[in-house]
Amino acid sequence: MTATSAHPPHAPRRNTFQTLLRLYPYAKPALPRIYLGMVAALLAGLVALAIPQVLQRLVDGPLSHRDARDIWPAVALVLVLGVLEAVMIALRRWFVLTPGTHVEARLRNSLYTRLQDLPVTFHDRWPSGQLLSRAVSDLNLIRRWISFGLVLFVVNFLTIVVGFAILVAMNWMLGLIFLVCSVPLWVYGYVFEKKYSVVARRSQDQAGDLATAVEESVHGIRVLKAFGRGKYALANFESQAESLRGTEIEKARAIAGIWLWLLLVPDVAFALSLVAGVWLAGQGDLSVGELVAFFATATVLRFPIESIGFLLSMTFDTRTATDRFFDILDAPNTITDPAHPLTLAEPRGELAFNDVHFRYHDSPERFPDLLDGVDLVLQPGETMALVGLTGSGKSTLTSLTTRLYDVTGGSITLDGVDVRDFSREELRTHLAMAFEDATLFSASVRDNVLLGRPELAERSPEADAVLAEALQVAQAGFVHDLPEGADTKVGEEGMSLSGGQRQRLALARAVAAAPAVLVLDDPLSALDVDTEALVEEALRRVLASTTALIVAHRPSTVMLADRVALLENGRITAVGTHSELLATNEHYAFVISSLEDEERRESRRLEDSL
Amino acid sequence: MSVTGVQGEERDDFTKRESAQMRGRSLRLLGSLLHPLRWRVGLAMLVVVVSTGAQVAGPALIAIGIDRGLPALLDQDWVPLAATGAVYIVTGVVGALLIAWYTVLSARISQAILIDLRKRVFLHTQKLSLEFHESYTSGRIISRQTSDIDAIRELLDDGINQLVQGVLYMVFTAVALFAVDGVSGLVLFVSLVPLAVLTRWFQVRSQKLFRQSRVASARMIVHFVETMTGIRAVKAFRKEKRNEAEFGRLVEEYRDVNGRVIQLFGIFDPGLVLIGNVTVAIVLLVGGFRVADDQLTIGALLAALLYTRRFFDPMEEMAMFYNSYQSAAAALEKISGVLEERPGVPDPVQPVDLWTARGEVRFENVQFAYKTDRVILPQFDLVMPAGQTIALVGSTGAGKSTLAKLISRFYDPTEGRVLLDGVDLRDLHPKDLRRAIVMVTQEAYLFSGSVADNIAIGKPDASLEEIQRAARAVGAHEFIEALPDGYDTDVNKRGGRVSAGQRQLISFARAFLADPAVLILDEATSSLDIPSERLVQEGLQTLLADRTAVIIAHRLSTVAIADRVLVMERGVVVEDGSPDDLIGGTGRFAQLHAAWRDSLV
Repeated sequence: MTATSAHPPHAPRRNTFQTLLRLYPYAKPALPRIYLGMVAALLAGLVALAIPQVLQRLVDGPLSHRDARDIWPAVALVLVLGVLEAVMIALRRWFVLTPGTHVEARLRNSLYTRLQDLPVTFHDRWPSGQLLSRAVSDLNLIRRWISFGLVLFVVNFLTIVVGFAILVAMNWMLGLIFLVCSVPLWVYGYVFEKKYSVVARRSQDQAGDLATAVEESVHGIRVLKAFGRGKYALANFESQAESLRGTEIEKARAIAGIWLWLLLVPDVAFALSLVAGVWLAGQGDLSVGELVAFFATATVLRFPIESIGFLLSMTFDTRTATDRFFDILDAPNTITDPAHPLTLAEPRGELAFNDVHFRYHDSPERFPDLLDGVDLVLQPGETMALVGLTGSGKSTLTSLTTRLYDVTGGSITLDGVDVRDFSREELRTHLAMAFEDATLFSASVRDNVLLGRPELAERSPEADAVLAEALQVAQAGFVHDLPEGADTKVGEEGMSLSGGQRQRLALARAVAAAPAVLVLDDPLSALDVDTEALVEEALRRVLASTTALIVAHRPSTVMLADRVALLENGRITAVGTHSELLATNEHYAFVISSLEDEERRESRRLEDSL
Repeated sequence: MSVTGVQGEERDDFTKRESAQMRGRSLRLLGSLLHPLRWRVGLAMLVVVVSTGAQVAGPALIAIGIDRGLPALLDQDWVPLAATGAVYIVTGVVGALLIAWYTVLSARISQAILIDLRKRVFLHTQKLSLEFHESYTSGRIISRQTSDIDAIRELLDDGINQLVQGVLYMVFTAVALFAVDGVSGLVLFVSLVPLAVLTRWFQVRSQKLFRQSRVASARMIVHFVETMTGIRAVKAFRKEKRNEAEFGRLVEEYRDVNGRVIQLFGIFDPGLVLIGNVTVAIVLLVGGFRVADDQLTIGALLAALLYTRRFFDPMEEMAMFYNSYQSAAAALEKISGVLEERPGVPDPVQPVDLWTARGEVRFENVQFAYKTDRVILPQFDLVMPAGQTIALVGSTGAGKSTLAKLISRFYDPTEGRVLLDGVDLRDLHPKDLRRAIVMVTQEAYLFSGSVADNIAIGKPDASLEEIQRAARAVGAHEFIEALPDGYDTDVNKRGGRVSAGQRQLISFARAFLADPAVLILDEATSSLDIPSERLVQEGLQTLLADRTAVIIAHRLSTVAIADRVLVMERGVVVEDGSPDDLIGGTGRFAQLHAAWRDSLV
């Protein structure tokens, strides 16, 4: 699996506190209300601690004197304090409610923005399942921690401190027993952190991998069905799910450990305090009222003490979630906008490759650069076909033009300006691409085709004209037969359309973008002969005025071009017209004409036989 | 309107009957998940009951210590106090140890349930027909298996534990309170009335909101996944800004619903505290007067107060249970809906084995329609004799792929039957069907893992030699060797670094390795360059010699190796004959062929 490779190897080690502190910029606008929430929560805790004090006065006063009349005011006070506690809790909730959800939304939006900004190389490495678990469950956890976990953690801790102070003030010996008994808790809490954070992170990663496995099994359903490999995929999935189960149980063991201590310690403390307290009362050092108040106070403290374990594990979970969030935000972005981007008002469309080198960063040393000094100039308005063997780097070369990848040497210029000196936005306005695997988004056909023309007002006459024109060029007349015509929503990835239909929409999209330079990566591969001929005819009109770089596998596609460039061993080894190259270049003939020749022989044979 | 299967999944206005129907199927699913674990569940219950009993003993022991231990101590008798203290420690230790044990036990149970559920949904998803996948969309089916199962995991991990421990704790506490002081017990009993009202109010209000929240989150997830998988197109067409706005809107929608959910808790939770505190005050009032009248000891009053206060402690966390319960219930409703979907292409009840297939494919009175009003293939008969290589030709949308999908049983015919060697495909054992008939599609999907793993999908137990032989046969060996780690190269996400043509070669190698009696190639060579295609065709000539093959290709070069050509138009086979005859004739194919030859010049 890719989980290991997906994580940056040299992330600086931060402790839990430093990691969580990195959330500060996102949480900052929410902090005033969160502080207010803490204050409210603290007041609620203090009010709860005040009730036992009233009890003590009541027991030592009216009850010991058997004076029933004075019971009323004490009870009334308890009631008022009780109502006050509820009000404070309501206030705490009200204060932290909205800010927490806003922090989550902010984190989610910035994660998404960042992911869209990161280069394609990043996405090649990170399966979307890993990304999704970060965007959903991790951020959800962070929100709950900020508005709930953090507030209660701070407040419960303070409540415990105040409670201990009250206990010690009441009777130093009893207080001390309680305090000493709590020491193992903090020790264990520390041990717990180390153990738990490792397991928690592993569990989150494994859950992400499992999500990836699910995604693949759904996206690859056709292959799995065609080969009847559902069971085989299940076995794979099963073993991943089993590892996750193992980790989860390990996690449960760690939680069981902390629960053990969290329950044991207060109970032992209560037992010892009971013996000591009754003894002290027997000695006359402690009134019965104080004894009652002691236990009532200690009971109030039980929830805060117990909750520390839960909140602690939540904090550590949040820390790992935060780590994973920043894994992405810290990922280096190598393809960025220049500080002072240049602009071209009226691009002519001269695209030039100057000694372009490119190699994938993980390509082993023993291989030369995939593109090893490409020199090629497309004149404005010229249509250039790019021909070469599968794997010779044609698609890669087209990706370089719009900076889906950056060259590793040399440069690509548009009208003499290095493509890296434009903003990406502008560059991609001047250059439009149609990919071989036509990605459509779950939106209407209209939106998919007009994707590159956001400046056109929706359903304006201009937009409709561009749409109609683009669909006509791509011979995508089938759109009108769809249930709602151009407003039909095509499923995510255009699942409900055939490959040829998707490809035509992708082509229409590139045409509709009306760029200065069109880059088409084998745009007609999935079309039948009739349609292809029609598309070509229509495309010729568009190409007459547009610079175009077309990756071609077929003679028919090559015929669209004014000139052909042959990519061989990472270089352009020949440029010329189709017939020139066919006559003079052996490799070109091998790449493009073998079938044609065969076909000629075939037809000659047929003619002879007739 | 119906809520059978996945229908009506996105609605949030179910009638009573529909809700009951959905709840029923959720419960049945839950029951079937729990059934195999019943003994373990029983043990866990026992452990948690004993543990809770031990935990609740405390206040009663304090009362005994004060009421009995103190007077005895004043008489220099240490025994009652010491005994009470010792019992207290023992109950504490037992309670804590058992709860730790219970934590591990319940984790084992919930993990067993989860793994069972994961596997079931996964397997069922694989069984559902392509038609279902295409209409239900991959995003939704992925969120069923990820975020919905997560919701159930949360319920099992925290929710159930809190509920079980909380309920037991409350029951035991109430029992102990009655034992210590019946009158206080009655007060607590009365307090259950407002508690029930509040809880019911919360339940009704939250149900709708939770459902909305899940729909909102699913929309967000679909958009997210789509952006990440289509990142190249996003970048190339500068969709980032517009995506940000759209995603921001979905995030805000989700945030808003979520906020309203939390708001409910903001009322529920303080409401609980209020009820608890008022009850404490009343217990104090009622008890105080009786202490003044010597009808109640101080220790008993203290115990009653402690019990009353502690009675409400778990409620806050149980309210959290309600949170996870609601989302898990909604998730379970959807998951059970998917599981309720009967596969459109079901496995046979009494499968017929076909150990060695000859490869004769026969269509008898076959008709295919997505819906009754949209007939794709009108009724027809067709025989593909064993060993014949057939080229299927026609314009896009003529029904070629549909025909191919009927042979490979991605779809079942609406009427009539498709037979392999005389056996209806619907009766054929799936393993034999998939071994005998393999279809290679244009979309050559690669799974994460090595190139070798991907080829081995054709035959999972294949040796490396076999894999390499298959790769050589289709001419993929050279480029694979040139990859960074050769056959061990990780193809990664959606075939990241491998070109479309190379992906097709790999998926070809898969098919070679699978060695089927019937091979269907649906545009399987569309992305290959000409030298590769020629290599593949040379390979095909030997490969197809002894098997039935159906080749769909726009490039008519394939026709050269075909024994027979079928020309389709609007779902109908309009021409059927040998390539030479058809080319020589004046029909549709002759035109197509002439046009294609022109395109080569």
